[in-house]
Amino acid sequence: MTPASPPALRLRNARLAFEGKLLFDALDLDLNPGKITCLLGPSGVGKSSLLRLIAGLDAAASGEVTDGAGKPLSGRFSYMAQQDLLLPWLTALDNVLIGARLRGNLGESDRARALGLLERVGLAAAADQRPAALSGGMRQRVALARTLFEDRALVLMDEPFSALDAITRFQLQGLAANLLSGRSVLLVTHDPLEALRLGHRILVLSGRPAEIEEAAVPAGEPPHRPDDPKVMALQAALLERLAKAKERSL
Amino acid sequence: MIRVWRPFAVLLGLMLAWQLLVWATDAPRYILPGPLSVATAFQTHAASLLHHASVTLAEIALGWLLGALLGALAALSLAAARGLRPWLLPLLIASQAIPVFAIAPLLVLWLGYGMASKVAMATLIIFFPVTASFFDGLRRCEAGWLDLAKTMGASPWRRLRLIQIPAALPALGSGLRVATAVAPIGAVVGEWVGSSAGLGYLMLHANGRLQIDLVFAALFVLAIIAVFLYTLVDKSLRALLSWHEETA
Repeated sequence: MTPASPPALRLRNARLAFEGKLLFDALDLDLNPGKITCLLGPSGVGKSSLLRLIAGLDAAASGEVTDGAGKPLSGRFSYMAQQDLLLPWLTALDNVLIGARLRGNLGESDRARALGLLERVGLAAAADQRPAALSGGMRQRVALARTLFEDRALVLMDEPFSALDAITRFQLQGLAANLLSGRSVLLVTHDPLEALRLGHRILVLSGRPAEIEEAAVPAGEPPHRPDDPKVMALQAALLERLAKAKERSL
Repeated sequence: MIRVWRPFAVLLGLMLAWQLLVWATDAPRYILPGPLSVATAFQTHAASLLHHASVTLAEIALGWLLGALLGALAALSLAAARGLRPWLLPLLIASQAIPVFAIAPLLVLWLGYGMASKVAMATLIIFFPVTASFFDGLRRCEAGWLDLAKTMGASPWRRLRLIQIPAALPALGSGLRVATAVAPIGAVVGEWVGSSAGLGYLMLHANGRLQIDLVFAALFVLAIIAVFLYTLVDKSLRALLSWHEETA
């Protein structure tokens, strides 16, 4: 299940202009293999656009996106968005399997693997339920299982927990950190605590055109406890930094 | 309970009002027949009514199938081939701007007095609502689903089959409901213009011979067919698209 040698992501010369304003230009980013990198920043700074550029979903942005060996990324990452994007006419299980169906390579063992993933996100009993019958948190767990089913070394996540209530978000963060361990993850978020809990590395995107800066992370392996004094101290510092970044991005 | 007998109560009330109108105006039977004489007409002309109703029903059903099929295909080709849109869309709208009544004589002239011209008429009237609503549904597909399909490496055909078409089925369903409601118009207009069988033919001839009670009887049968077909289509769509009912 764990990928053999996860490729690091290399982004070079990213550029995006929106309505005459330059959101970012000549932006570079390297992603550590097998680690969770959190990309923080005030809203509107272009975090999601940067992620969509990497995912090949933003036609307006330009930039060179490759793996560590300089090969193109296409088809070698999985993507998870803020909305669960579950298809309402399919059961939870069929939603997890949708990638294989879309590629036309649904195999014998896929059903069992998808069921196993649903079990790992705690939804084995809901495999035959349609999304309408599930709560927001359950739906996002199905989306997480679908992301994991793709079994890619690189996972791109665009504020995957921000639409959830605080408790559900907290539970899902812990679950995601465990299930994603060993993969290279780029997680876009506006929540400093989420970045501190989950990130091996935290990057802050700010300014116009935006630049990327490193931020300090707590020592030890994530997920970190939110009541850890180091996490709390770093959170205060990070909040202040983001407040300043917001001013600079206006 | 009230839901069951309410339609009957409404029907009974209408019948009563009708009978009262007949009494009050003292209209002769060949102008406005009462409910009782219509009921008698049902009895005396039962075989004939059944025969003509079956012809009309067949025209409606065939026209519906053909119109729905062609409409769905047109919507799919419009959605699949962007280049087709500027060519096809004006044609579609123009075809709808021409009143069916105006081309009915032409269709009869070309396709004859038989069933073909009526099926063509029903097809023509159904085609547009089906195309328009299904195409709209295909176009309004949630962008996030398409993004996801792209990151998953979906081929355009599988994306269409597994995401866009299922997502647009509720819209197609609305088109089919409208189609079911207007299909009898197409068939009866065709029969009216020139035919040798069908409820429209029966009504035209009964009208000419001042058998107004038979005209009413035929109208009733037509209404029953229309309501029956609509209920059938509506219930089937609800059952088939249960996921949409859940989310709606």
